[in-house]
Amino acid sequence: MNLSLLILIPLLTAILILFCKGIKQVRTIALVGSIVQLSVTLFLLFAYWQERATGNDSHMLFEFNQTWFDPLHINYHIGVDGISIAMILLTSFVVLAGILVSWNTQKMSKEFFFLLIFLSLGAYGYFISLDLFTLFFFLEIAVIPKFLLIGIWGSGKKEYSAMKLALMLMGGSALVFVGLLGLYFNTNTGDGSHTFDLLQIAQMHIPIEVQKIFFPFAFVGFGIFGALFPFHTWVPDGHSSAPTAASMFLAGISMKLGGYGCLRVATYLMPDAAQAYSPIIIVLATIAIIYGAFATMMQKDLKYINAYSSVSHCGFVLLGIGMMTQTSINGAVTQMVSHGLMTALFFAAIGMIYDRTHTRIAAQLGGLLKIMPFISTVFVLAGLCSLGLPGLSGFVAEMTVFMGSWQNPDALYRIATILSCASIVVTAVYILRAVGQAIMGPITDEHYNQLTDATWNEKFAAAILLIGIIAIGIAPFWLSNLISPGTKTIIEHTITTATLK
Amino acid sequence: MTTDVFILMKFELIIAIVIFILLFVKVGSDGWSNKKTLNVINILLLINFIAGFFMNDDGTLFGDMFRTNDLISLEKNILNLGTLIISAQAYSWLKNHKHVLEFYMLLLSTLLGMFLMISAGNFLMFYLGLELSTIPLAAICNFDLEKRQSSEAAMKLIISSAFSSGLLLFGISLVYGTTGTLSFSELSPLLNGSELQLFAFVLLLAGFAFKISVVPFHLWTADVYEGSPVAVTSYLSVISKGAFLFVFVSVLYNVFKPIADTWYNMLFLLSVLTMIIGNLFAIRQNNLKRFLAFSSITQMGFILVGISGSSQMGPASVIYFLLIYIFSNLGAFGVIAFVSAITGKETMDDYKGFYKTNPFLTWVLTISLFSLAGIPPTAGFFGKFFLIMAGAGKGNYMLISIAALNMIISLYYYLKVVKAMFMDANDQPIEKLSIDTLPKLAMLICVAGIIVVGFVPAIYDYIYSLSLTF
Repeated sequence: MNLSLLILIPLLTAILILFCKGIKQVRTIALVGSIVQLSVTLFLLFAYWQERATGNDSHMLFEFNQTWFDPLHINYHIGVDGISIAMILLTSFVVLAGILVSWNTQKMSKEFFFLLIFLSLGAYGYFISLDLFTLFFFLEIAVIPKFLLIGIWGSGKKEYSAMKLALMLMGGSALVFVGLLGLYFNTNTGDGSHTFDLLQIAQMHIPIEVQKIFFPFAFVGFGIFGALFPFHTWVPDGHSSAPTAASMFLAGISMKLGGYGCLRVATYLMPDAAQAYSPIIIVLATIAIIYGAFATMMQKDLKYINAYSSVSHCGFVLLGIGMMTQTSINGAVTQMVSHGLMTALFFAAIGMIYDRTHTRIAAQLGGLLKIMPFISTVFVLAGLCSLGLPGLSGFVAEMTVFMGSWQNPDALYRIATILSCASIVVTAVYILRAVGQAIMGPITDEHYNQLTDATWNEKFAAAILLIGIIAIGIAPFWLSNLISPGTKTIIEHTITTATLK
Repeated sequence: MTTDVFILMKFELIIAIVIFILLFVKVGSDGWSNKKTLNVINILLLINFIAGFFMNDDGTLFGDMFRTNDLISLEKNILNLGTLIISAQAYSWLKNHKHVLEFYMLLLSTLLGMFLMISAGNFLMFYLGLELSTIPLAAICNFDLEKRQSSEAAMKLIISSAFSSGLLLFGISLVYGTTGTLSFSELSPLLNGSELQLFAFVLLLAGFAFKISVVPFHLWTADVYEGSPVAVTSYLSVISKGAFLFVFVSVLYNVFKPIADTWYNMLFLLSVLTMIIGNLFAIRQNNLKRFLAFSSITQMGFILVGISGSSQMGPASVIYFLLIYIFSNLGAFGVIAFVSAITGKETMDDYKGFYKTNPFLTWVLTISLFSLAGIPPTAGFFGKFFLIMAGAGKGNYMLISIAALNMIISLYYYLKVVKAMFMDANDQPIEKLSIDTLPKLAMLICVAGIIVVGFVPAIYDYIYSLSLTF
């Protein structure tokens, strides 16, 4: 299968949108494009299974390597393993749902859908890149559309949030940039030349002193994307100011770019340093989890509730990566997928409620279940997934992270695990309180009686995300089978380099 | 020998011929309208640009006063391209101007001077070319004849140019005093890093730093940029700086190679200063011409990072970056020149709500600014990546980190302009403007260049293979 399709389809969609006239044509093209993209990713999943079933156990499948800048040894090198496929699936689900949710965007609809599609192009390219230059290229592509999306279509103090988000994320990628250059100039392909190739660098043994210098650059850089404490401050502002679809993309896709980079680049390529810095990562992740949970308790705006809870939930991703056991890394990847689907659903539900009631303050809402049963049910389901109800994806992911973390016998790691587990109680408090205030109880405002329930596109969007959440929640094995060969390679790599020393 | 002169000096001769044609047109074209004159001139410049790609040869003339090779031809082609784009963009401004032909004669004289300077194989020749390029430049800074600011800009430029020329001359004379020769090829082995030679080098460096406006020799830049007509400003910031950079790199890498360790430290300091101070001042600007002046100072800082790498990647990345910089900067200047020529508005506040009335111009400006900021998929990303990568080859990650930090700061002010155009409300936005064909074409060329250059690796490969011959 030709992986470049994953980039070409969004590119083609975006170009076609530029030539469209009127919102109807634009949104149809966007919808068709994202449906085609979803089918291609599903096909990719089956092709991957088929390939594995025939006994092909190489690390990356469907590889394609094309020289880009020959004198600098920069290649357009792409390929996928199970982890990338999981992230690509997540992206295509969220993109389709995001397009459906923004179906009635009247203001500059052409630009809006163009930027959404363009953002997704960056994410797809990022997840399939096996060359650090290509990876960095796509990472940066995914930043600037967000600035415009939030600044033009957002609400509240949108310009401030847009600028803050763009600068913090670019700061992150600047750190990544230094880290990548440091790696590049310390590689040696045998004839004295350097390489950006991820798989080749993994085979080399980068000296531990070098790793220790550049690991923090790469990890913190990617960590900023993934809401690493204390660089998480763009998350609440960015999410709450963004229009619904952009919030979904931000939480569902952008934050996952960070987690994926921490795992694939920082940890995989610099395993010794990852071991050495693991305690620091754990401490920061635990602070993020607990701090995020308590900060959420204080929020009154539904979008802020979800944004701060994202900080807490993404903490689990970094916790899983920092624990450095196979189960915990499995859990981290599962948490990325699960959190992506769940927050996207949550933001979609909040957006639907806001479109109708024009308020997001939980206390001003009330009794919505009677007026809009579908939207309210979606909201409750997303909340339950967030607090980790068994049968939904959140439970599977967090459980795996905790199991994996407990395998690490050191005292610090044990304490971190216990504290992180305890945060679930806090999560339950704020989720149930928000649900109780906004959804249950008497109708607080009589105008609400005239409001309507979800339209077809909103139902469809919610259904797509719910399918994903339930599919992981009820039958987690397919996902864990998909990602475990990839995580196994990463963890074996860290163990072999540890014994080499 | 005689045919050699025609082939090797092809670029210079064509420009000289064009200048003479313009002189004859001036004498015999009383009834010509400005539009007709401008069309003729642009066609001549187009022919000049196309002719640059044929029959190029290597060789030296007049002893080793004049030399040329593929790399030098490429540099001249890049400058020709930039001049052509600027000329097309100046259409809206010049079509109502009284002295079109004089403007072009002066402009092309400076270009001729730069060509001679790039081809120089001897400090004497270099100095002659340099003077030919700077004096007419000051004259065309004064071409907004009714504006007092414009004459002020010309005055400032000529004084600072004279001062920097003086520094250069002093440096050159000291070089001659210590080595007994002015020829580039004979000089290099004679340099032993004695104190007098180092002093001479510092003077030369200061002279160059003036010309490419590196901090702390940048003080003339903003005022001159603000006062001059936009077409001249873009010429100053792209063509003139480009030409001096070509020579600067060539002199550093060829002549002063023996004292590379010394100039590395100097470049390190200058580049850090330039990036930081250029950025800090750019943040505070409201006039877009001043803003672009300081942003171009910052870009020079990034270029110095690339030069300091002193590997083969250094010159290759600098030339590649300059090619991209021409497209990006001229894209931005094109829009500002056009708006300023029609409405006279130049400040950031005027551009608020620009997108509502002029979506095409807004996108051109936005894409150009993104390219200047180094955001993919624009070519600026590749340019800046390779530039800093070249600098990282030395292993000085301190410098790289400072450069990366400055990229974020510069992103802030580029985004501020984008924000003003797309997001800020304005009661009286600039009205809808209809764009002349030629400036529109020039803008489209810039945008096409910005989008395409990064994805055609052959361009970089070609420059890289040539930079061996530096």
